[in-house]
Amino acid sequence: MSAAPEHSSARPPAAEAAAIDASIRVPVLVLLGFAVFWLLGATALGLAAAIKLHTPSFLAQCEFLTYGRVYPAALNAFAWGWGVNAGLAVALWLMARLARATLPGAGLLTVAAVAWNVGVKLGVLGILAGWSSSVTWLEMPRHLMPFLLVVFTLIAAWIVGLLRRGASPRLYASQWWLLSALFWLPWVWSAAGAMLFLAPVRGTVQSVVAAWFGHNFLALWFAPLALAVIYYLLPKLLGRPIRAYWLAPLAFWSYAVFTTWAGAARLAGAPVPAWTPAAGEVACFILTLPLVVIAVNLFGPLLGNLAALRSSVVLRFAAVAAFCFTLSTLRLAFTALPGVAEITRLTWFDTASDYAVLYGEFSFAMFAAAYYLAPRLVLRPWWSASLINAHFCLSFTGHVIAMFALTVGGWIQGQELADGKIPFAAVAAHTLPWLQAATLGGLLLAIGHLAFAVNLVKLVLCPQHRAASAAAPVPASAFSAPELEQAPAP
Amino acid sequence: MNRASLVFLGAFLALLLSWAALPFGNARGYGGLAAHVDDTENKAYPARIAGPAARGALVYADLGCAYCHTQQVRGDADGADVARHWGERQSYAREYIREPRVLLGALRAGPDLRNVGARYNTADAAERLYKLLYNPAADNQTALMPQHAFLFEQRSLEGRQPSANALKVSSVRSGFELVPTERAESLVAYLLSLKDTYDYPEEKRLNTPPAPKKEGSHQASEPKPAAAKPAEAPKK
Repeated sequence: MSAAPEHSSARPPAAEAAAIDASIRVPVLVLLGFAVFWLLGATALGLAAAIKLHTPSFLAQCEFLTYGRVYPAALNAFAWGWGVNAGLAVALWLMARLARATLPGAGLLTVAAVAWNVGVKLGVLGILAGWSSSVTWLEMPRHLMPFLLVVFTLIAAWIVGLLRRGASPRLYASQWWLLSALFWLPWVWSAAGAMLFLAPVRGTVQSVVAAWFGHNFLALWFAPLALAVIYYLLPKLLGRPIRAYWLAPLAFWSYAVFTTWAGAARLAGAPVPAWTPAAGEVACFILTLPLVVIAVNLFGPLLGNLAALRSSVVLRFAAVAAFCFTLSTLRLAFTALPGVAEITRLTWFDTASDYAVLYGEFSFAMFAAAYYLAPRLVLRPWWSASLINAHFCLSFTGHVIAMFALTVGGWIQGQELADGKIPFAAVAAHTLPWLQAATLGGLLLAIGHLAFAVNLVKLVLCPQHRAASAAAPVPASAFSAPELEQAPAP
Repeated sequence: MNRASLVFLGAFLALLLSWAALPFGNARGYGGLAAHVDDTENKAYPARIAGPAARGALVYADLGCAYCHTQQVRGDADGADVARHWGERQSYAREYIREPRVLLGALRAGPDLRNVGARYNTADAAERLYKLLYNPAADNQTALMPQHAFLFEQRSLEGRQPSANALKVSSVRSGFELVPTERAESLVAYLLSLKDTYDYPEEKRLNTPPAPKKEGSHQASEPKPAAAKPAEAPKK
């Protein structure tokens, strides 16, 4: 049951993998634990916000639970709590494994992880208490930002530093995405923070900065981490190499150059220079180029072995994440079409596009990684296989329902908004059934997250769980699949 | 692609390029936009934001109004905002230069508020907004907005004269009155200050399509709607 060796070529002794895992065990599990804590917190806050949208009297008496505070609190708990903790846990694990490096100073890293979470907790409480700046993703009280930025940068630098200690001579596709994400987030975050809070730019330039950050936060942190996990897990679980791996650098570079511009497309119709949204819309189109390459890379091996989906739930999570990456990139290109932006901007349709990245793409990839790595780190099988299956079914169904409801509801909302003869109150009332459906989807997600949390707590904290329930703990294929490494970089 | 330094350098440059164009380029391009001084009125537009309204903008941010309400009127090429009477025309970049925190908003779960002060222009406008904030469900048109009853306090009338700004609502117990807190007053002052009614000559010129040539007959045709998307950013 111990971690299997990593490389098909130059196979390191199992002892090496065991030593790597032992060195990262505590920080990865601590980060993962915090991540799940935030996932549950964000789900609860998000559900409350979703209910308030169609039932405004729900929890309406308390000022700190008013919609305009609960909703940003949920977003921040999700992004900076779940998103960053899970992302760092997975980045640390993947980087150590791929670079074949043991982690020095695991204790210090754990302290830094605790410091990060104390900061995020203060930030989310600050939003609920009324210190929100109302700038999406940057709502947390501004005085916390330098602290969080420094802590994050230290952790990220620590993880990148593993490359120098590593024995692996190669840099795999997963690592390009990881390295860049760890570097991009502090870069884009500090630039936006400086231009919005330290020395604020004037007028609607603030909106340009906010749109630039808002898109890049998703596109340069969440999406690359999801891709790193998918590039690692898909070939490993399928036992097949990435198709046309030599094209992967093209995907990486074209994505890096063009997605950084795509955020400007959100400003269509806003009082900013017309070239700004136009440039963003062009970038959204060009993003179909990396999309095609990534799809060939990932779906190539998947289509050749669809039967594997039935036996491995980890693979199913990863495949959904890959599929959602495709869909969300196509959504970007679609909303950049002439005539479409006028309908979808400022409606639930565009909000749903963000959720597609945050949940379908990122969270499914993180679930896959967590289900794959946690049993290998604690050297025990998962407590309950049926809980894993339940989590997948609930998360998948809930996400599909919520996405469908917000997409269709948002489209109708946009079309009615564009018709000046329909009174606004009627437009708002027509979104209600769709918002109720989205709440139902959110409820399913919440139950799924509970299943995930219970399973993880049982796995890590209850070593003596009954062997009987562990009969088929991890889908057999997860362990028996040859731990193939990706083809070497060109 | 085996060198981490190469990946780093490339990642840095890719983001630098977009930063140089979008945030930095726009800050250089129109971040220094100045107020327009109207020589006939001897006033600068947009006007300075007065004290209570400036405090109200902070309340607007801390209550998260911007998650449901936008503050941007889109032109006819981009939607029906003008037909909805959310503004007489599209918003101009210059109108935002005095605001410490610009919140254009990303979702229209509620109506646009850029010109709410122009829509609420009667003598009892403040009173109507207080009532709306206190209990939006009283009106079918606003029933989906959350209550903001926490912005008001019930005070005993024992031994006191009723306050001038007390709300006339039936739900208050006898012997008590319902008065807006200072935050509610600031918020309403801010909302009433939101009106872009001045038409900036430079922006107006840039956004008006050239008039069709008149040749004799002035019944020739009705004015055509602006076909091309107008350039929104005025030059310095």
